[in-house]
Amino acid sequence: MRIGVVTFPGSLDDRDAQRAVRIAGAEPVALWHADHDLQGVDAIVLPGGFSYGDYLRAGAIAARSPIMNEVVDAANKGLPVLGICNGFQILVEAHLLPGGLVRNDHGDFICRDQYLKVENTDTVWTNGFSEGQEIVIPLKNGEGGYIADDETVDRLEGEGRVVFRYSGVNPNGSVRDIAGIANERGNVVGLMPHPEHAVEPGFGPDMTDAMRSGTDGLTFFTSAVRALAVSA
Amino acid sequence: MPIIVVEVMPKAELLDPQGKAVAGALARLGKSQYSGVRVGKRFELTVDGPVDETVLAEVRGIAEDLLANTVIEDVVSVHALETETVVAGETH
Repeated sequence: MRIGVVTFPGSLDDRDAQRAVRIAGAEPVALWHADHDLQGVDAIVLPGGFSYGDYLRAGAIAARSPIMNEVVDAANKGLPVLGICNGFQILVEAHLLPGGLVRNDHGDFICRDQYLKVENTDTVWTNGFSEGQEIVIPLKNGEGGYIADDETVDRLEGEGRVVFRYSGVNPNGSVRDIAGIANERGNVVGLMPHPEHAVEPGFGPDMTDAMRSGTDGLTFFTSAVRALAVSA
Repeated sequence: MPIIVVEVMPKAELLDPQGKAVAGALARLGKSQYSGVRVGKRFELTVDGPVDETVLAEVRGIAEDLLANTVIEDVVSVHALETETVVAGETH
């Protein structure tokens, strides 16, 4: 099981994503933005950070980088792709997911342990959760407000493509508390919060029973490992 | 060399937190007659060659495809700038 993690200039969480892949039992494969080679990976993670300094718009330049030609082709053929934070922004800029991400409504960068409700457990990245499960993973962004027109949001909700909703607090003004969505086929998932930062006890979000003990993010990666094992 | 100017604004129906912050600063400076500010972007594309309708059409395409994300922004203007009319002090 090989899961690629694309590094763009300005990616920050690529190593954390690789580590999460490894802890979940798969082999992480470092992919480079300037290549045209996915190295035959079974799935791809677009990590968080500030690719190309977020110049123009968050994710806009990265979405037009060389490797994204291959990522878009592979995603359209069904390869599982997870976009985290800046990776989500890249997915919407690459038109693999609908809508857009704008500056947080309160204008500030926000960093917090965020409660989410998992609403779709049929995706490659969420099959290990139970429907309606509440999870906690870190959130850290300045431009995380999800927006789309009403018609698009109605369609996403109608088709069960809202994968995660913010629970408790809507941290950035996202429309209808949307934290993460999937494409029509369900192989491409993007979300603003960071599962790769909640995979190891001692380094995750604070939980009610112990500080830094949260590992809910690991399920994203073990879900993918399980789904890929089934399809292999 | 000729320059084509592309102006992009956040969609009117969207909250513009940047503009709101600027409006707040103006209010704190006592400039209370300015109740709203919206912040957009201006791109200047230097063209290697004459600007004709073909080039302008291409830039309109570039504006919609790359310079703006039409989910969240509108391209409000694409026009050629006559270099000889550039205001003194502006550098190009």
